[in-house]
Amino acid sequence: MKILVCMKQTFDTEAKIAFDGDGKIDNKGVTMIMNPYDEYAVEEALRIKESGEGEVTVICAGGPKAQDALRQALAMGADKAVLLETGEVDMDEYATAIVLAKAIGELEYDVILGGFRAIDDGSAQVMSRVAEVLNVPVVNVITKLEIAGDKAVATREIEGGSEVVEVALPAVFTAQKGLNEPRYPSMKGIMKAKKKPMDKKSVSDLGVEVAPKVKAISFSLPEPRQAGKVVPGEPAEAARELARLLREEAKVI
Amino acid sequence: MAKGIWIFAEQREGQVKKVAFELLSEGRKIADQLGEELAAVLVGKDVAGLVEALGEYGADKVYLVEADALENYTTDGYTKVVADLVKQYEPSALLLGCTVTGRDLAAGLAQRLETGLMTDCTSMELADGQLVFTRPVYAGKAFVKASCPDARPAMATIRPNTFAPVAGAKTPEVVKVTPDTGDIRQVVKDIVRQISTRPELTEADIIVSGGRGMKAPENFKALEELSDVLGAAVGASRAAVDAGWISHSFQVGQTGKTVSPVLYIACGISGAIQHLAGMSSAKCIVAINKDEEANIFKVADYGIVGDIFEVVPVLTEELKKIMA
Repeated sequence: MKILVCMKQTFDTEAKIAFDGDGKIDNKGVTMIMNPYDEYAVEEALRIKESGEGEVTVICAGGPKAQDALRQALAMGADKAVLLETGEVDMDEYATAIVLAKAIGELEYDVILGGFRAIDDGSAQVMSRVAEVLNVPVVNVITKLEIAGDKAVATREIEGGSEVVEVALPAVFTAQKGLNEPRYPSMKGIMKAKKKPMDKKSVSDLGVEVAPKVKAISFSLPEPRQAGKVVPGEPAEAARELARLLREEAKVI
Repeated sequence: MAKGIWIFAEQREGQVKKVAFELLSEGRKIADQLGEELAAVLVGKDVAGLVEALGEYGADKVYLVEADALENYTTDGYTKVVADLVKQYEPSALLLGCTVTGRDLAAGLAQRLETGLMTDCTSMELADGQLVFTRPVYAGKAFVKASCPDARPAMATIRPNTFAPVAGAKTPEVVKVTPDTGDIRQVVKDIVRQISTRPELTEADIIVSGGRGMKAPENFKALEELSDVLGAAVGASRAAVDAGWISHSFQVGQTGKTVSPVLYIACGISGAIQHLAGMSSAKCIVAINKDEEANIFKVADYGIVGDIFEVVPVLTEELKKIMA
């Protein structure tokens, strides 16, 4: 079983957002992490491998720093890593999907996993787009995955419930929280990871020309919220006053 | 040249999702400014009865795509029929609700149509004939304005509750489409619905949310009672989810759902940056917390410093009287 995991490196969830001189989001001094949803994808890949036999390759499109996220996946137990260096190329989800799919197309795969979204741009697009380019089925937002031979049965989150979907492999699956509990890399795993292969390719190595479809115009911060009023009094008294304020002042109920 | 503002009229079990009416209402304004037509794409099995409602919210035209194979949503089936329709009629924009289905459909569809897609947008405006969308990044810690200047249709998913649904009363022209649903590779084996009378978290006007201060899973009962009085959805912070008190599907925040309700009542939630990112676009925020230093008070319109187990039951009783 050949298992691929597409990953992204993102800002730490604690990160505050600031802009650089060009008005773009500044990544200076920001702690970078593996996108938390991708951790579920890596963990699931390792579990599939451990339940039988197989090989796990992790792929990431990004800058040189993204190697850290790939190394983390290797330390968790992945076998190989591929870094697709996007350099200064302007990327959107369309372009990223083409680059990833091109690199994936050069590899063998039965299962492709990724987080259902990244916590930075949160667009939840790239994996579906990759599936489309590769012409393989996708099952998004999964909380359970069972592989049996050349088929997979996945449970996916839908509004107000869940859905059980069967697909033939190869297929793309995107991980939701709840799929598993990702392991921490062991010390031994971290040492081993240093010797595992990390293949680096640039966009031009892949022989694809990409141009984004979406253009960012400007970035802004949300309007800071002002602290409002503390409703005074004993709990019961304050609760009664709050109910009145919500109806008469805020007019939200 | 591509013409026409299209909206995907998501329906589930014979009910049009409210977000579809919101999109039609705002789409109507854009279509009028551009002098283009506003059309709804309605996909399903035996859904013709929903056409009238789409007209009530302003659709000039409804593309009615019906087939047995389209009874349940599947990525492949819905992508194929909508993509084929778009390729045939070439609209200039295609808007979907940012729901589980809208999100699932939009991404692969955008790739098949070789176009750009902006997701979870919270505003839409026309600038020099281009649709410009504002969308949150980092779960709302920042916003980006973006457009899809060249490729058509420009695609976007819009967060529910962003636009107000406005009834406009039209009798739409119906274009019946006999679709080729193609090879649907996702076989739906089972659909499990949680029986709940409460609204969906991402679509709810009011959310009552609990955090670490709830202390135990059984204490969420008090929040459920409050939410039922208000017709609200129940939410939770990551702390409550990680403690195993409530399922992840209720989590609000950067690694959960981003919500924009009219009223958000945070009970025993400290207000970590990841949580605030997911709910600070709520119109009105109420915080109830014992700790007067809690971060949540910095963003709350109304705060009560006090024990949630004393405050919430009284609030529930009081609201019951008011709402009666």
